[in-house]
Amino acid sequence: MKDPIIRVRNVTFKRENKVILDDVSMDIQRGSIVAIMGPSGVGKTTILRLISGQLHPSKGSIEVNGKVVSAMSHRQLYECRRDIGVLLQNGALFTDLTVFENIATPLREHTDLSEDAITERVLAKLESVGLLGTENLMPDSLSGGMARRVALARAVILNPKIVLFDEPMTGLDPIAMSTVRRLIRLTNDELGLTSVIVTHNVDQMNKLVDYCYILAAEKLIAQGSPQELMHNEDPAVDQFMNGRVEGPISFRYKNVTSSKTASPS
Amino acid sequence: MNIHWTQKSKLLAPIAETGHCGIFLVRMLGSIRFERGLLMSTLQQTYLIGARSLVIIMICGFFVGMVLSLQSINALQQFGASDQVSLLVGKSLFRELGPVLTALLFAGRAGTSIAAEIGLMKATSQIEAMQLMAIDPVQRIALPRFLAGLISLPLLTAMFNAFAILGALIFSIGVMGLDPGIFWSKLQTSIYFSQDFMGGFWKSVVFGGLVSLIAVYFGYYAKPTGEGVGTATTRTVVMSSVLVLIFDFIMTSFLI
Repeated sequence: MKDPIIRVRNVTFKRENKVILDDVSMDIQRGSIVAIMGPSGVGKTTILRLISGQLHPSKGSIEVNGKVVSAMSHRQLYECRRDIGVLLQNGALFTDLTVFENIATPLREHTDLSEDAITERVLAKLESVGLLGTENLMPDSLSGGMARRVALARAVILNPKIVLFDEPMTGLDPIAMSTVRRLIRLTNDELGLTSVIVTHNVDQMNKLVDYCYILAAEKLIAQGSPQELMHNEDPAVDQFMNGRVEGPISFRYKNVTSSKTASPS
Repeated sequence: MNIHWTQKSKLLAPIAETGHCGIFLVRMLGSIRFERGLLMSTLQQTYLIGARSLVIIMICGFFVGMVLSLQSINALQQFGASDQVSLLVGKSLFRELGPVLTALLFAGRAGTSIAAEIGLMKATSQIEAMQLMAIDPVQRIALPRFLAGLISLPLLTAMFNAFAILGALIFSIGVMGLDPGIFWSKLQTSIYFSQDFMGGFWKSVVFGGLVSLIAVYFGYYAKPTGEGVGTATTRTVVMSSVLVLIFDFIMTSFLI
């Protein structure tokens, strides 16, 4: 565990004076599958957006492949993103393009491959996600699980070094969930990727990931392998991992403005 | 003091938004690359927003021509000058009604569709996905639609004018019994290429750019929610219609 491809260093992120992340640090090792977990609204997706350069930290820094993301120019950021595949929560397939064209889009945009070579690579990716034969379908005729697999094929078509997954299992039935989970592991190991998965699905992550970070109340509260975290005695970690209602993690919205108003100072 | 600043910011908001829209236009034009992809997507959008607006433009043009000739003949008959109907219809159409009415119809038919489509792409994270794939959505989504609007509106205006003249011709000759020779000769001798035809052409180019810029701008900056898309669509129609009429006055005062 000595070769981090992503370094998150003392990152604080604020939105309209509300602290979303407070002094969070992570080292994501090359070749591993890492989960960033925590209750809804804790800032998990914000970390993905910070890594992909869509947001900039208020304090601290994020390095991808040794380069500070927030210091990159627009052109450098786009260069960097060619090495990052992203699978968004709903797949975000282009609704006016067929499955084939969706997967071919990054190839057409960033390579000079011939039409034959593009066809060969797209069909090979479709085969690898078990969807060969769907190339002429439109996204609206796919099920949720199929759309997620097409989005995965699109995310890895350029053979990126890193793939970011935002809630890849949400809304899927148990079979589709297991299929996507197996595909993430296969793709990661066969292509030598580094996968970062944002999720709150503890059961699925225990079966998939190598390392976990748990966020709660704006901070990183624990890290370790899924087995280590299952036996962690910290009350907040125990509450999250075992889905307990009572515990230090509150499900009530913390209104910063009203709490400031109520403050005697 | 607070009220004063609120009022000030409300007054400044439209100016700030105009500036923001101008920056968006510069960004869009700066992303033009003379490549096959842009040509193909512009042609595809020209078909989707231009060719698919043809039927409504032709129907409206035909009836505008009919009602224009009806009103003109009704007024001109009082002075015994009903044979001048084609002059009045032609001048009104080429100079004002053709470009303005086509632009208003285009804003309602194509402008709303552009704003809603881009807004929905934003709401379903397609724009975000594009950015994450290192693809510039301004270049890939906004620019082809803007250029398609710029190309489509002058062509649609020509079709509107042609069908309006056809409507006027059928009504004047078929219903009111005017002589077709007089109708055509008056039209030919009274319409000037540089003043009437080109004046209307430049207006339609400006209106095409204006309507499609407003549509792509409001769509691109729509809030990514159902309500946000609805608001973007409504604002596109309202702002396009108002600005088309304002720019029509400004351009007429220079072209007349």
